Amino acid sequence: MAAFNIVDHEYDVVVVGAGGAGLRATFGMVQQGFKTACITKVFPTRSHTVAAQGGVAASLGNIGEDNWAWHMYDTVKGSDWLGDQDAIEYMCREAVPAIRELEHSGVPFSRTPEGKIYQRPFGGHMRNFGEAPVQRACAAADRTGHAILHTLYQQSLKYKAEFFIEYFSIDLMMDPDGSCRGVVAIDMATGTIHRFKAHRTVIATGGYGRAYFSCTSAHTCTGDGNAMAARAGLPLQDMEFVQFHPTGVYGAGVLITEGSRGEGGYLTNSAGERFMERYAPTAKDLASRDVVSRSMTMEIREGRGVGPEKDHIFLHLEHLGPEVLHQRLPGITESAKVFAGVDATKAPIPVLPTVHYNMGGIPTNYMGEVVTKKDGNPDSVVPGLMAIGEAACVSVHGANRLGANSLLDLVVFGRAAALRCRDTLKKGEPHRPLSKDASDMALARLERLRNANGSMSVAQIRKNMQRTMQNDAAVFRTSKTLKEGIGKLSEIAASLKDIKVSDRSLIFNTDLIEALELENLMTCALATIHGAEARQESRGAHAHEDFPNRDDENWMKHTIAYVDDKYKVKLDYRPVHTYTLTDEVKYIAPKARVY
Amino acid sequence: MVEFSLPKNSKPTKGKTHPAPAGAKNTKRFQVYRYDPDTGANPRIDTYDVDMDTCGPMVLDGLLKIKDEMDSTLALRRSCREGICGSCSMNIDGGNTLACLKSIEDCKGDVKVYPLPHMPVVKDLVPDLTHVYAQYASIEPWLKSETLPPASGERLQSPEEREKLDGLWECILCFCCSTSCPSYWWNGDRYLGPAILLQAARWINDSRDEATGERLDELEDPFKLYRCHTIMNCTQTCPKGLNPAKAIADIKTKLVERAG
Ligand SMILES: Cc1cc2nc3c(=O)[nH]c(=O)nc-3n(C[C@H](O)[C@H](O)[C@H](O)COP(=O)(O)OP(=O)(O)OC[C@H]3O[C@@H](n4cnc5c(N)ncnc54)[C@H](O)[C@@H]3O)c2cc1C
Ligand code: SF4
Ligand code: SF4
Ligand code: FES
Repeated sequence: MAAFNIVDHEYDVVVVGAGGAGLRATFGMVQQGFKTACITKVFPTRSHTVAAQGGVAASLGNIGEDNWAWHMYDTVKGSDWLGDQDAIEYMCREAVPAIRELEHSGVPFSRTPEGKIYQRPFGGHMRNFGEAPVQRACAAADRTGHAILHTLYQQSLKYKAEFFIEYFSIDLMMDPDGSCRGVVAIDMATGTIHRFKAHRTVIATGGYGRAYFSCTSAHTCTGDGNAMAARAGLPLQDMEFVQFHPTGVYGAGVLITEGSRGEGGYLTNSAGERFMERYAPTAKDLASRDVVSRSMTMEIREGRGVGPEKDHIFLHLEHLGPEVLHQRLPGITESAKVFAGVDATKAPIPVLPTVHYNMGGIPTNYMGEVVTKKDGNPDSVVPGLMAIGEAACVSVHGANRLGANSLLDLVVFGRAAALRCRDTLKKGEPHRPLSKDASDMALARLERLRNANGSMSVAQIRKNMQRTMQNDAAVFRTSKTLKEGIGKLSEIAASLKDIKVSDRSLIFNTDLIEALELENLMTCALATIHGAEARQESRGAHAHEDFPNRDDENWMKHTIAYVDDKYKVKLDYRPVHTYTLTDEVKYIAPKARVY
Repeated sequence: MVEFSLPKNSKPTKGKTHPAPAGAKNTKRFQVYRYDPDTGANPRIDTYDVDMDTCGPMVLDGLLKIKDEMDSTLALRRSCREGICGSCSMNIDGGNTLACLKSIEDCKGDVKVYPLPHMPVVKDLVPDLTHVYAQYASIEPWLKSETLPPASGERLQSPEEREKLDGLWECILCFCCSTSCPSYWWNGDRYLGPAILLQAARWINDSRDEATGERLDELEDPFKLYRCHTIMNCTQTCPKGLNPAKAIADIKTKLVERAG
């Protein structure tokens, strides 16, 4: 192996990722007195969380009555009963203190006339167990993610957390007994390799929207943490559940927040009809995302799309008036102008369902510990490894995440991970020596790609993968497209052997980084399409045309997918937790999902 | 904007030319600054003729098309592609801006792309921002208050108080402003520059923060604050439409008022 310049570090905890989840965990760990490193491939405030727009859910009840049990009910229903109710109870209960804590640390929330945090309606958030929409999404104009992420970074500065910025994490270091011992990363600015030994490694690397051709996610959403777990022999859970957001800007993919419909925006088809009234008589344009995305797709397929190709839908905000748009939705008014060339105060915005969020990820319990199925135990904890945020599957979002519940998930489980370490880890414990080959996988991968001299560029292979996922694993799925998709994607995965990386430098080699990211995306894409092909029912975001109904008898279970380094996929299943955390709420039994 | 701080022996030389693919009818020429730290050779300007019929509308689309299809060795930062993460700040067509918000059509003639001026260059379009990040930390940009927040509830802030933060909290730390400021070019070691001063103003104006006096004390310094000569480059260039020059003027006013 080529001689890399290697630096070794020892920490109590290393957090990989500095988005909302990673930062909340990082300063939580420092607060508990742990020696903590936070590794991130982009400067913290450039993480994808910064793009979140509409809000973060908590039943503060600042504008109308609300309570966490209603929030829990909505989240369970939104999840189409695939969510684990112990974890959902924990999240919804903790939401109220978590959001107050954010305010106390300085998040510039918008305010009500009484000076409280402003809350807006959001899809699927209802009062009194589904009666009517409720104002639950706490908002800082339409830049809530920006407000929260910057505040969390500021708190991390306050606690003097140690950051390793523009360090790209390549792979986990695992012991033969299956425990995690840390990570290997490359300092992008110098090409130096860093081995971080840690008693706890926390994966907070976000989602993998870039497996698809058109998505609202940033270029950096490449599922690195998911793939690191997979290469360590651990399963990925519920990866077939990919959320399409109803309102991505047609063409550009840039998001228009659901908060725009929360503020009174609505969708129309080519006949000018507000078609959501037909599909969801109660919640209408504020039905759950999977429902709205599917309804839009139906309209388009039945020939009622707008535009010359009749291939998209209109979102109307012009009736709200310039003041409301300026005050509550300034960011998206700007986005509409820049990316759709539309003055939202005068004309409708062309939109299309666009890949937005990954419900699936690394399976964990509600304390942030990674779990796997081992010796028949489906909740067996992987020693030393935790996962939080979009990279994790707790599972609080089940088959379909409600808007504003992800930002919540980040702060609640980021904090939970720190609390769990407080309860299970001693400060400054000595480290056992690593096994000799602990970093071999990472270094071999790096070396192979750095010298890769095949005939296909990273961009070519990436595009082939993205096209296939877009065509064959989209809003509506059929057995035929999924089967074909698997065939095509396996061939594309095989073509990775023929990849070419042109930049040979070790300094800021983005060609190399994109190649590493592409392998990670491929792992995620394969788990997604295999899980989808196997799941013969429709649930939440997984709409299977050949099996249009939910099948609780056979399919109320989590998919777990193992993807090996040859891109072979093996599927298994784990039971859904059909119990709550405390006796204060009862398990919510499955019923039909109407909005 | 006139000069760039380039690495040693730094006059850019003419670099490689990458022609458009055969059959491209509608092309636009990009001239892109390249610096290869491995060789230490003078920076060069590479030329790329981009097929506009298959290219998105923004300069970032053009650069990524170059990277994907013509020359994958080109290094730049990007993430959100919607003007919110602040990664892709660079000098385009003579002005500092975000590549993802700058439309190619708006560039007259060739699209000239350089890194942010007067910053050390790591590689190509990637500047080293370590110093300005450290300056950000130096103003202690977090809420300070002795009064404990209410045990079960948020701190109250009226909509009018909250409005004082508008135009400040939206800053994305892209540093287009600081790197366009002549005072910052020449005194950046000690002058905080518009981006960081705008951040300082964000805390000074927050009704919940109780360290206003302390924050003003820290800024009352011939270098940290008073190097701003109201040249306004910062405000002109801010891709988010913010007004750092005004934020700085407000801080100065507050200091004058305080002095009585
Ligand atoms: C446009 C948009 C709008 C949204 N709006 C909302 C909303 O209004 N409300 C809501 O609740 N949710 C919203 N979401 C969803 C939510 O923003 C995301 O799910 C959430 O921000 C993910 O946060 P995270 O901390 O898990 O990961 P991210 O914020 O994606 O951060 C990932 C971190 O991991 C680091 N990283 C990744 N890979 C590596 C590696 N290999 N090595 C080192 N570091 C690495 C990155 O540098 C980054 O710091 C929105 C999403 C989108 C796309
Ligand atoms: S106004 Fe002040 S900060 Fe802005 S460019 Fe001029 S000198 Fe710099
Ligand atoms: S004030 Fe504007 S130009 Fe300056 S860093 Fe902030 S967003 Fe960028
Ligand atoms: S890519 Fe995020 S600001 Fe341009």
